[in-house]
Amino acid sequence: MRWCWIDRIIALTPGQRLVAIKHIGLGMEPLFEHFAADEQAGLPAQPLMPASLIVEGMAQTAGVLVGHAGGFKEKVILAKVSRAEVRRDATPGCTLRYTATIERMDDMGAATQGVVELADPGPCEMGREASAGGGTGVPPVCAPFEEIGRIDLMFSHIDRNLAGVQFPEHNFVFSDSFRTLLRQSGVEVDF
Amino acid sequence: MSRDEIFEKVQEVLVDALGVDDDEVTPDASLTADLGAESIDFLDIVFKLEQAFGFKIQQGELFPENVTENPEFVQDGRVTDKGLAALKQRLPHADFSKFEQNPEVTKVAEIFTVNAVVNFVDRKLQTVES
Repeated sequence: MRWCWIDRIIALTPGQRLVAIKHIGLGMEPLFEHFAADEQAGLPAQPLMPASLIVEGMAQTAGVLVGHAGGFKEKVILAKVSRAEVRRDATPGCTLRYTATIERMDDMGAATQGVVELADPGPCEMGREASAGGGTGVPPVCAPFEEIGRIDLMFSHIDRNLAGVQFPEHNFVFSDSFRTLLRQSGVEVDF
Repeated sequence: MSRDEIFEKVQEVLVDALGVDDDEVTPDASLTADLGAESIDFLDIVFKLEQAFGFKIQQGELFPENVTENPEFVQDGRVTDKGLAALKQRLPHADFSKFEQNPEVTKVAEIFTVNAVVNFVDRKLQTVES
């Protein structure tokens, strides 16, 4: 499941909209270096989900939506980031929610619009009373989602490229990782 | 819609799709050579024109496909007379006068100027209205 930047598809309206989530974990490899402690400058480590990977998460969300709309027969390749704004840091313990909608689609490709939301459980509050968990002393971990960015993308069906370039016949875009993601999310596919 | 109004909306579309400044989008500017458009941008421009003007553009209607792959139309890196005739027929909105002087296939994208897009929209709107 390397390089899969969404954990679960939670809603799908075929050909229109797909919602996926990503839980950010402290053990995720890219966070080790982003940003590592700088001893010389006296700065502690500040692990953050790189914004480029948030764009990748949206690309996978929207790419699956576009692929699903075409029955996964097309090789759907991210061709253009039309717009990308991420206004807040996403740190370990947070959950990202990606909502992608198809703005326009034809035989050549698709344009999608995307909203990025973040649920941040916030810092530890010493002595906070439990408000969930039936009085077990466990604070609530579910926080409301707030919009933190917009990412609009363009996808190309590369077998229909204008230059007439030939690509391998098998669909190398929607690999086993995506099949597993779809299956575990309860999305029935046949490809 | 007047030609000036069409130009203004086309300018907005190109600024949005290509990330260029208003003043770069002049009538004679080539989408590729001057404004830096790449192949996916042509699809983006088509989608945005449809939204801006409210009509549907068929595949290959604004920007032709597979013309330069046809061996009858291209020989020794140059567009043949037959190829030129085919392009003119499929792209009545484009101005070929400069390209005809040196029809190298590598320069074929340069016929897609801002003015060609304005001409296309103008013709299309007239067809829709009539």
